[in-house]
Amino acid sequence: MTTQLNSSFRGTQDLPKWLSPSLLVGFFLASFGLQVLLASNSDSADINFIPVAIFGLLSFTLALYVISRVIEGVRKAKDRLVTIMVSTAFSLALIPLLSLAYTVVTKGVARFDAEFFTFSMRNVVGEGGGALHAIIGTIEITGIATLISVPIGIMAAIYLVEYGRGTVARLVTFFVDVMTGVPSIVAGLFAYALFVIFFGPGVRMGLGGAIALSLLMIPVVIRATEEMLKIVPNELREAAYALGVPKWLTVLKVVLPTSLAGIATGIMIAIARVIGETAPLLLIAGFTASMNYNPLNERMMTLPVFVYTSYANQGVDMQAYVDRAWAGALTLMLIVMVLNLVARLISKYFSPKG
Amino acid sequence: MTDTKPKVVRRLGDVVFANLAFFAGVSILATLATVAAFLFAQSVPAFTGPPIDAASEGFFSYVLPFVFGTVYASVIGLAIATPLAIGIALYISHFANRKFAQVLGYAVDLLAAIPSVVYGLWGILVLAPFLSPTFNWLNENLGWIPIFAGQVSATGRTMLTVGIVLAIMVLPIMAALIREIFLQTPRLHEEAALALGATRWEMIKMAVLPFGRPGIISAAMLGLGRALGETMAVAMVLSPAAVVSFAVLTSTNSNTIAANIALQFPEAGGNYTNLLIATGLVLFAITMVVNMIARWVISRRAEFSGAN
Repeated sequence: MTTQLNSSFRGTQDLPKWLSPSLLVGFFLASFGLQVLLASNSDSADINFIPVAIFGLLSFTLALYVISRVIEGVRKAKDRLVTIMVSTAFSLALIPLLSLAYTVVTKGVARFDAEFFTFSMRNVVGEGGGALHAIIGTIEITGIATLISVPIGIMAAIYLVEYGRGTVARLVTFFVDVMTGVPSIVAGLFAYALFVIFFGPGVRMGLGGAIALSLLMIPVVIRATEEMLKIVPNELREAAYALGVPKWLTVLKVVLPTSLAGIATGIMIAIARVIGETAPLLLIAGFTASMNYNPLNERMMTLPVFVYTSYANQGVDMQAYVDRAWAGALTLMLIVMVLNLVARLISKYFSPKG
Repeated sequence: MTDTKPKVVRRLGDVVFANLAFFAGVSILATLATVAAFLFAQSVPAFTGPPIDAASEGFFSYVLPFVFGTVYASVIGLAIATPLAIGIALYISHFANRKFAQVLGYAVDLLAAIPSVVYGLWGILVLAPFLSPTFNWLNENLGWIPIFAGQVSATGRTMLTVGIVLAIMVLPIMAALIREIFLQTPRLHEEAALALGATRWEMIKMAVLPFGRPGIISAAMLGLGRALGETMAVAMVLSPAAVVSFAVLTSTNSNTIAANIALQFPEAGGNYTNLLIATGLVLFAITMVVNMIARWVISRRAEFSGAN
């Protein structure tokens, strides 16, 4: 009786646990062997790993599906099929990302030295020189952009979640979404179009870069804050109201602290996103080889633009320029990583306990 | 004495705070209006001023290949990225074991923040040479499909490479977003499905996917928005030409609007600047339309309640 029930529910038997991994290894080895055989027959000696992977995976999937279908039944077989597909999707995504990290680190260390962080590119032709001017520019421009974006972003999110009702709120929500989709280069063009009015054609200025970046940053801050405010349980607000706390204090002392960790994480991720923006800064902040501490005056180099121009405008000693580009890319990635780590730490130590 | 109505207390703090919040919200509308207005104002000289060499046959024949390139590259990128993103999100949220999943989630978050210029550098120096042999194979064996036809690029700097780079770029963001939505699936729905004897896939089909559908759509929208406006990776990887071509393996590809601006703007002067700003306005309009359609789709099947 029990066996009958079992079989009608889940096929007849489970597959042994060792079967699926050993099938995987087996089919990949077989696929590799087949490729070697084919390669030895044709004139090209090198083995292309893409067909090996594709063929191995397809045959493995087919075999496991058929075996599982016969032994375990249709539903389990489908489950296994989906598991394979999902895992494949994940490992497929990891390949370029690992390759990216590996390349940036290995190629970046060549010029990741003291000179890189203490010199600008003024009067440098060929080897040597550094990105100090670009690092200063990036810090100043991103800093100003953050100072503009964070207050506006958080207040706008508070408006949307706590106060906004009716047409205006719907419009704001809608256009925040639209703003999320504003391409970075359009933000750069906007900053240019704005500054042309005051300073005439061909204007280049660090402040313009900050304006462009804050245009990109504000919607990210709003979205992140909004999401965090939304998941604050209404019971908390109601409890505060019941104790006679005014609404604005409820928002400041109950809602914001509850979601502070998430908001900080969102801000850090927003900074990390705009710190790597190249296109708007290329248009409005321009590029230069010299130090410039003043965001209100003339061209200002930034790290992403440094990476781009080092690659795009290679001089006589090409390798030196490409090396500097990779070193710049490595620096940029490290900054982004540190920002993300800080976000994690904030979220870990400042979230409400219990 | 006879006034029985309860008095509404208007505290100063409440009024100030509410107005601050209101103005911050409205400033978003003002900013976007300003963007459109300034871009428009700066575009006008491109039409009224003296003719420009680059656009001797008129503005629209100048911008058309770029519009095509922008849309085509993004569609390729999104077609590759969307299924992968759903797979990754499912893997992290429902397949990988708990401890492992947290690390993986962290990795995806990190990768979402890699600057586009780094992707560009990697795309041209690593990915393009790596893909080149595969492109030859595709062309030889599947050349009868029109998009794979034509003379294969020797450098690998093709539309398909750009599409793949774009897919990789939008993938982490889409995956992170979809994962967050999947993780919010009500635990009770999942457990109810499992308790009724569903396999993991059946549980996902019944509980997770229906709940996450609006999230998937908004993630795709975010990905499309980023792909449409992506500048540096395209500017660095693609070998452009002023043509409209569906072939994805050749060295004559339609450039995108954004990449064209990035390549031309630093050296542009006079009216040419205005012409480029006009193409930027076109890009702005396209992304607006895409976003609006996506918003409409989401609002039609709004199953999200949020907390409020």
